[in-house]
Amino acid sequence: MVKGESPFMKYLRRDRLPTIFCAGCGNGIVMNTFFNGMEMAEVDFDNLILVSGIGCSSRIPGYVACDSLHTTHGRPISFATGIKLANPEHDVAVFSGDGDAAAIGGNHLIHGARRNIDITVVCINNSIYGMTGGQISPTSPKGSYGTTAPYGALERPFSLADLVTAAGGTYVARWTTAHPIQLSKAIKYGLQNKGFSFIEVISQCPTYYGRKNKLRSPIDMLNWMKESSINKRRADKMEEEELQEKIIVGEFQKKPEPEFTEKLCKLLEEQCVTGKPTAIRSAYQED
Amino acid sequence: MITVNENLCKGCNLCTEFCPQKVYKESEKLGKKGIHVPVPVDEEKCKKCGLCALMCPDQAIRVDEEDNDE
Ligand SMILES: Cc1ncc(C[n+]2csc(CCOP(=O)(O)OP(=O)(O)O)c2C)c(N)n1
Ligand code: SF4
Ligand code: SF4
Ligand code: SF4
Repeated sequence: MVKGESPFMKYLRRDRLPTIFCAGCGNGIVMNTFFNGMEMAEVDFDNLILVSGIGCSSRIPGYVACDSLHTTHGRPISFATGIKLANPEHDVAVFSGDGDAAAIGGNHLIHGARRNIDITVVCINNSIYGMTGGQISPTSPKGSYGTTAPYGALERPFSLADLVTAAGGTYVARWTTAHPIQLSKAIKYGLQNKGFSFIEVISQCPTYYGRKNKLRSPIDMLNWMKESSINKRRADKMEEEELQEKIIVGEFQKKPEPEFTEKLCKLLEEQCVTGKPTAIRSAYQED
Repeated sequence: MITVNENLCKGCNLCTEFCPQKVYKESEKLGKKGIHVPVPVDEEKCKKCGLCALMCPDQAIRVDEEDNDE
């Protein structure tokens, strides 16, 4: 380790730094918490594959010094499904934005959860489309401003943690970038869970969401997250009106269930007439 | 010992604001990249909790456990 270097530098492609992210963007905090959670879960970095779609948040895997795939907008879970099925031994994680995961990629998200395939999705929810200039996303709070909502968003936002819980995710949690310790632990549990894990991170895009919504600095945005957060256990006992404008944080689901690739491998073994299934793990049989 | 990497810091001041011990202070003068890089002025108050390194979005901070300045 180089003297005076961040403890996370060993996981990064240092020739690509600094990142393109704006000053104070939450993406960098999520990267740190991921590395922290990965260390706690004792994931073998050489066995990890990171997958992303398109967006500012989707640039993350490109900075990490492991195998990675930067795919098309909304499709990282589909590509990750392919990777996991080709070799279920790999640890596969997805970085996705709220636009990537819940707008264009919404169907892939719910079906990944329904299948309970063993991938960990870290969804960086900054409530806006950052990369394309601040358009409203499916998670933008009602009344919030964006370039496509100059009078405030009219629609109801998705609660992604609830959506994925309902769709069948087996580990689901929500934290914010103002809770880096809890977030690291949730990522740890997500990586350890043998099944579909979804970690929603409420994050800051000071450049678009902040500027349009009177939260001018990243500091203002983190203070807003801290002040608005309420733990799920407490929130469950409260009325809906009391929870308006609150960010409910904590664990939404923790319920192990049979995992998809395991079920598929078992089926192949049972049904294979040649005694050795080749459709799966085929590329790795030499190893 | 605390090190802030001038080449990586973007001057967001999250460390200055969220260090529980208020160790950092925004620098008065500009660094070589034209950014006010925070300075750990009250380093003796540091509890080595590591929060600043975990929160720095640009991986610019290192907090060493031991104060072994060779
Ligand atoms: C098929 C397709 N449609 C639209 C786009 C334009 N586009 C790029 S990124 C993006 C949304 C980004 O928002 P989000 O996923 O929330 O990520 P963020 O940038 O906020 O991290 C859109 C609509 C695209 N690249 N490809
Ligand atoms: S536009 Fe927003 S999301 Fe994109 S890098 Fe800047 S602050 Fe982050
Ligand atoms: S390690 Fe903790 S106490 Fe020390 S400077 Fe960082 S945040 Fe402050
Ligand atoms: S948190 Fe990091 S990037 Fe932001 S001012 Fe502190 S050292 Fe610089």
